[in-house]
Amino acid sequence: MRRLIFLAPVLVFVGLVVYFATPLLRGTDPSLIPSPLIDKPAPTFDLPPLPGYAKGVSSADLKGKVQIVNIFASWCVPCRAEAPALMTLAKDMHISILGINQKDKPADALEYLKELGDPYVAIGMDSDRHVSIDWGAYGAPETFIVDAEGRIRYKQAAPITQADIDDTIMPLIRQLNAK
Amino acid sequence: MRAIIAAMLLAVSLAGSAVAVEPDEMLKDPAQEARAEAIGRQLRCPVCKTESIEESDADFTKDLRRVVRQQIAAGKSDAQVLDFMHDRYGDFILLRPPFKPYTWALWLAPPALLLLGGLLAFLATRRRPTVADSAPLTEAEQAAVEALK
Repeated sequence: MRRLIFLAPVLVFVGLVVYFATPLLRGTDPSLIPSPLIDKPAPTFDLPPLPGYAKGVSSADLKGKVQIVNIFASWCVPCRAEAPALMTLAKDMHISILGINQKDKPADALEYLKELGDPYVAIGMDSDRHVSIDWGAYGAPETFIVDAEGRIRYKQAAPITQADIDDTIMPLIRQLNAK
Repeated sequence: MRAIIAAMLLAVSLAGSAVAVEPDEMLKDPAQEARAEAIGRQLRCPVCKTESIEESDADFTKDLRRVVRQQIAAGKSDAQVLDFMHDRYGDFILLRPPFKPYTWALWLAPPALLLLGGLLAFLATRRRPTVADSAPLTEAEQAAVEALK
């Protein structure tokens, strides 16, 4: 019995190692914040277009089909990294992507689209971030999958990679489209 | 050397009370500004994680502060502003985590460990033999003690 008491700290230590090592080995990123908006209706908003574009983005655009909403900005370096992946989704997978241009200068945003391509069916200018905050965003890029009823079904607060498209985004879109 | 230590202590104490709010962000009404600041101190900066939004210099956080102040100016109650942020960012945004099943360990571990430690300390002191428990000195031992005096 007395021996067991001396074993207790060892057992506690082993427990802590397992508790802390699990997310580490699984590759869980602690800087990602879980969103309470998953499976909730997307926020109501109406954003003006970039100069020279006919259409902005509003919550009315979210109804009717499964779509991607992508928050981006020209000042955001990881956005540049995910730009090719967004082009793949738009051009090869024919996914409708709505862009929210976060706190950008219109001229910079236009330059960015010219440089990296424009995968968006429409872009809204969120100059003061009020719509980004309604989406629970805390930076850029952030990507949401919205179902045909306008509910947020998935959020990724990190740049999209080809692996994300293959393993997460396309399977979920196919599953939502099948309904 | 003393001056350096004093300067370092001063720097640390100033860093602790750092406020990132710039004068042009503040509300005109000091009472409203004080409320906004109190609310901001309860909200965690989602960008930098370890600071409140009042302390953070992150560009994104500046916009969160603006939203808090806009809502205060629009007549929202403190609870309404906190709910607004909680609806969008979840429990993460609250620097004081709510008492829920998954935070039970967080809230209850310190008092539970204190009680456990107290109990162990109590048992350990009670079990230790006292003077009354030990056998009285034999005559030879008593003589040895006397010899030392």
